[in-house]
Amino acid sequence: MLTVDDLTASYGPVTALDGVSFEAPRGEITAVLGANGAGKTTLLRTVSGLIRPTRGTARLGEHDLTSVPTERMAELGLAHVPEGRGVITELTVEENLRLGALGRGRRGPADLDRAYALFPILAERRGRSAHVLSGGERQMLVIARALLAAPSVLLLDEPSLGLAPRIVAQIFDLLRSLVESDGLTVLLVEQNARSALSIADRGVVLNLGRVVVRDTAAALAGDDALRHAYLGF
Amino acid sequence: MDRLLGRSTLRRHLTLAVLGMLVVVVVLESTGPFRNAQFASMAYYGIAGAGLTILIGLNGQISLGHGAFMAIGAYTAALMLQGGDPLPLPVILLAAALVTLVAGAVVGVAAARLHGPYLAGATLALAVAVPGIPVYFSGTLGGEQGLNVRVPDIPPWFADAVFFVTGQDMSRSRYLGYLGWFCLVVTFVLLANLARGRVGRTWRAVRDNEVAAELAGIDLGRARVLAFVVSATCAGLAGGLLALSARIAAPSGFTLTLSLLLLSAIVLGGLGTLTGALIGAAMLTFVPQLVTGLGQDLGLTDVRAAELAPLTYGLVTMLVVLFAPAGIVGGIRAAAARRRAVKTSGTSKEARKDEAMDEIRGVTGDRHPGGGVRRG
Amino acid sequence: MQQLITTVLTGLTLGAVYAAFALALVLIWRATRIVNFAQAPMAMITTYIALVLIDAGMSYWVGFAAALVSGLVLGALVERFVIRHLTGKSEINAVILTLGLFIVIHALAALIFGARYRSFPAPFGLRGFQVGDTTIALTGFGVFTILSVVGVMVLLVLLFRGTDVGLRMRASAFNQEMARLLGVRVGRMLTLGWALAAVVGSLSGLLIAGGGLVHPSYMDGVVVYGFVAAVLGGLDSPPGAVAGGVILGLSLSLVSGYVGSELVPLASLVILMAVLLVRPGGLFAQVRERRV
Ligand SMILES: Nc1ncnc2c1ncn2[C@@H]1O[C@H](COP(=O)(O)OP(=O)(O)OP(=O)(O)O)[C@@H](O)[C@H]1O
Ligand SMILES: [Mg+2]
Repeated sequence: MLTVDDLTASYGPVTALDGVSFEAPRGEITAVLGANGAGKTTLLRTVSGLIRPTRGTARLGEHDLTSVPTERMAELGLAHVPEGRGVITELTVEENLRLGALGRGRRGPADLDRAYALFPILAERRGRSAHVLSGGERQMLVIARALLAAPSVLLLDEPSLGLAPRIVAQIFDLLRSLVESDGLTVLLVEQNARSALSIADRGVVLNLGRVVVRDTAAALAGDDALRHAYLGF
Repeated sequence: MDRLLGRSTLRRHLTLAVLGMLVVVVVLESTGPFRNAQFASMAYYGIAGAGLTILIGLNGQISLGHGAFMAIGAYTAALMLQGGDPLPLPVILLAAALVTLVAGAVVGVAAARLHGPYLAGATLALAVAVPGIPVYFSGTLGGEQGLNVRVPDIPPWFADAVFFVTGQDMSRSRYLGYLGWFCLVVTFVLLANLARGRVGRTWRAVRDNEVAAELAGIDLGRARVLAFVVSATCAGLAGGLLALSARIAAPSGFTLTLSLLLLSAIVLGGLGTLTGALIGAAMLTFVPQLVTGLGQDLGLTDVRAAELAPLTYGLVTMLVVLFAPAGIVGGIRAAAARRRAVKTSGTSKEARKDEAMDEIRGVTGDRHPGGGVRRG
Repeated sequence: MQQLITTVLTGLTLGAVYAAFALALVLIWRATRIVNFAQAPMAMITTYIALVLIDAGMSYWVGFAAALVSGLVLGALVERFVIRHLTGKSEINAVILTLGLFIVIHALAALIFGARYRSFPAPFGLRGFQVGDTTIALTGFGVFTILSVVGVMVLLVLLFRGTDVGLRMRASAFNQEMARLLGVRVGRMLTLGWALAAVVGSLSGLLIAGGGLVHPSYMDGVVVYGFVAAVLGGLDSPPGAVAGGVILGLSLSLVSGYVGSELVPLASLVILMAVLLVRPGGLFAQVRERRV
């Protein structure tokens, strides 16, 4: 379980995250929603140690993540798929995947074949430079790479950005099945609140760095006022 | 202070220049030939350093090739002093500066299209390449041995005028000291006015944010070339003075080390300020003697002890870059700004901090983020 | 004809050394976006370490190995204790920092080893091979030079392409943040990258010195040639650096043979400017635009 408590972070004078608290239970998808600039990306970056909070904690089991350097997150079982440009385009598709598998540390070798089975297109492209992949293929690559590290918590920053609805549906289905079969914990940041809530168990809505509301996905989707005010559908 | 120095920038600078020249007269008249010669070196280091600090600090371009420009000035002066009946020294020094100006324009046009490490590498190549030229054309340029320089006689009117004021006879090294410092004061006044005026603002704008500068209608290329030319011209003048002081222009006098020491001197003084260039020049002139003496006390031979000076510059340069990128002048200014800020009431704490930071950053071009190769 | 062959063979040998030095610059540039101008004195001082051991009666190969090992250590120390502290400052500051280091190492070498010229031995013959009854300009040491540079390149390719450490190093060079998120200890990789680069730099220092003279400035020209070679190859590409080194070695050898050796640095300046102004991405760049 990932527990965020009073997390506060700022860029110089701009406070981008202001006392955010919530829990993302094990084996569930927690959607993080909000308008542009709400602080969603900042939240994920603070959890994975790319930004140091000025206050508050993020805990994974008994570990306080706020004192763990970013490069040790993979070892603790936390994988972060950042917004946009997560593919290392100078490497081949297979090298990107190998790199993900190296993140398992001492937890045994990874099976690239499993990733290729999930996304057959990547198997076809394995020897090519990741530079030539399409947007959708890149998104598959970064997700496959993150999963190869065998994480217990997966942070996803707008995985649907720029993807065709069919591919988004495919990726979301995959997430759902992984959560159910492996007990994965997912923190899913999305602009597309409607489809995020359709697969999420619960949701957290941010506005200007603060939590506006946390509730089950169904309750959030059913709250018309909230939807109009913050979720845009 | 403002009342004393006058309000207009030009008047202020001229007043400072006259005061400075008075100090020079007192210092040169009260010291012997050895110190006079040292002050003459300080003057040419100061001039070259001023040119370089303007280039780096105000325009954000770097040059590791200023030793090469000094060589061009020095050889120009040396060549013009070869005949039996040379032109007056001011004409020769002006020619040294002008020839270097032309060279600086050629290099500057190419340099304006480069930045950061690329520009550094190209000017480094210049510094290494130029000393080979006189060796290749050894017939006219004297080869490895270089060209000997005979300092022309002191003009009688000048000797008389100084005697009239000070009652002392003019020695040759004192004459060179006067010449050097006169050039320095003139150069500094010109540079200070340039830096304060529209041109200086343009340079700073280009340094701080190319895109914004271009949007504001500044021709980036022209601003860069101009800064480079001004800077090279100073180095040429300094080279001419160096040839006179050293009485020789030889390839061994213009190695890469000269360019690098010049750079480290202005970094130590504080990039972008003329005061910093002067402090740097003083260090280049006086520190070697100091630390060499120290080394001898420690039992080092003369030759080895002499290496303590560059060792010190290099170490301090690294420390300054890592921990105090504004250099000595910047440090003092920031402290002064803080003190001023504490006294001023009515400004917010944040604003005061910003002001102090600006004073520090203003001289280092710190606002260029890393990343060497960016898509154009 | 004879002269042309001589020039080409000399050029190839020199080119191999420039290629090695360029490779050292490129490895560091790729990883940290810094051109390590101090690579020249770093290679110089490790060559002095070899010289001291050899002069003390040890074999050439002990000195050779010692130089490479001290290169490794020096590179790691420089990254860890100097370069690491530079993060986030302007690129001019990075240049000035490496130049400060340049001055420091230079002065240290002169202080410790003296500034006079000292001769450095070569493990193989310095006489050209006999072909029929003409002597060609390829020496035993020249062959060793070319082979050792090729050997180093092969090793580097194997390391970068074939091992996990190599993969981690490349990931850190290309995308630090992503590498971190994937569990790569980026700091260690950078240290390792600097260390390896310094080894390659030291090798070029040993090869330049072999059968010649060393003094504290003997690598100053090489840093220029190495930089020019690296830029010819695009500054980002190890194979490009190698090709650039060979091309530059051949060109400069032609200048030296037919015009005059004093103008070799000037010729390298001209080549550099021509490349930067006409093909800023290097000789082998695809149309990709690049700011230099
Ligand atoms: N590097 C930065 N420097 C300064 N301010 C930043 C930086 N990154 C983000 N911010 C500010 O922090 C706030 C939160 O940004 P954040 O990227 O977390 O939003 P977001 O919810 O991810 O938005 P989006 O949906 O557009 O990705 C915004 O006001 C933004 O302007
Ligand atoms: Mg975002």
